[in-house]
Amino acid sequence: MKINHTGEVLTVYLQGEIDHHSARKMREEIDTAIEFNMPSLLILDFAEVTFMDSSGIGLVMGRFKNLQKSGAALNLSNLPANIYKVMKLAGIDRLACLEKGEF
Amino acid sequence: MKELNKFTMTIPSRSANEAFARMVLAAFAVALDPTVEEISDIKTAVSEAVTNCIVHAYPNTIGNIYITGEILEGRVVKIKIRDRGRGIENVEQAMEPLFTTGGEERAGLGFAVMQSFMDSVKVSSRLGRGTTVIMKKKISER
Repeated sequence: MKINHTGEVLTVYLQGEIDHHSARKMREEIDTAIEFNMPSLLILDFAEVTFMDSSGIGLVMGRFKNLQKSGAALNLSNLPANIYKVMKLAGIDRLACLEKGEF
Repeated sequence: MKELNKFTMTIPSRSANEAFARMVLAAFAVALDPTVEEISDIKTAVSEAVTNCIVHAYPNTIGNIYITGEILEGRVVKIKIRDRGRGIENVEQAMEPLFTTGGEERAGLGFAVMQSFMDSVKVSSRLGRGTTVIMKKKISER
């Protein structure tokens, strides 16, 4: 997982498979970066995510709640088709701006 | 429906096995030449069912998860995932979208994902005895 901080924008490049097993470590790293950088916008980039189940929904919803405390916004970018499908099912498009990848 | 192929496996409820279980089912279904989307649907549904066993059936212990895969006549994949864990008090309630007993980081969408990505999902459970999930998906003709 790569993290980039520019101005008030924090971008997290997620990698690999997101499930209950892997989500915990990702959650801890993202929350630490939010706490440290206090961004006004968090971008979660899914370009290199190969699999995601509803644990990923929990990860996104949890970060959304965390960001709400400071009024920061959330963008999800480069969503592969299979992940976009899970996000839509969960209605995440009502919480965050969703941007599809090329598929 | 006639069974054309079948496998069974037993795995301990360790979270590292979530990835293992969904890869096994994906490999098993490959015989039917599914699309990338169909494979992804099966992997996601299996991941949800196995995660339920780990998080809910055996919350503070490691127990066995029993998985059976079958290929039935008519290009149907049937998957059974069973545990001998805690059981679900109210299956109907547990299957409602957003209902969860799993705390803040669980979305409560496991069964909703299974129902959305598979053609049928049946759940039976007895308190203290365990839970069985049976899912089926027809793979399209190509």
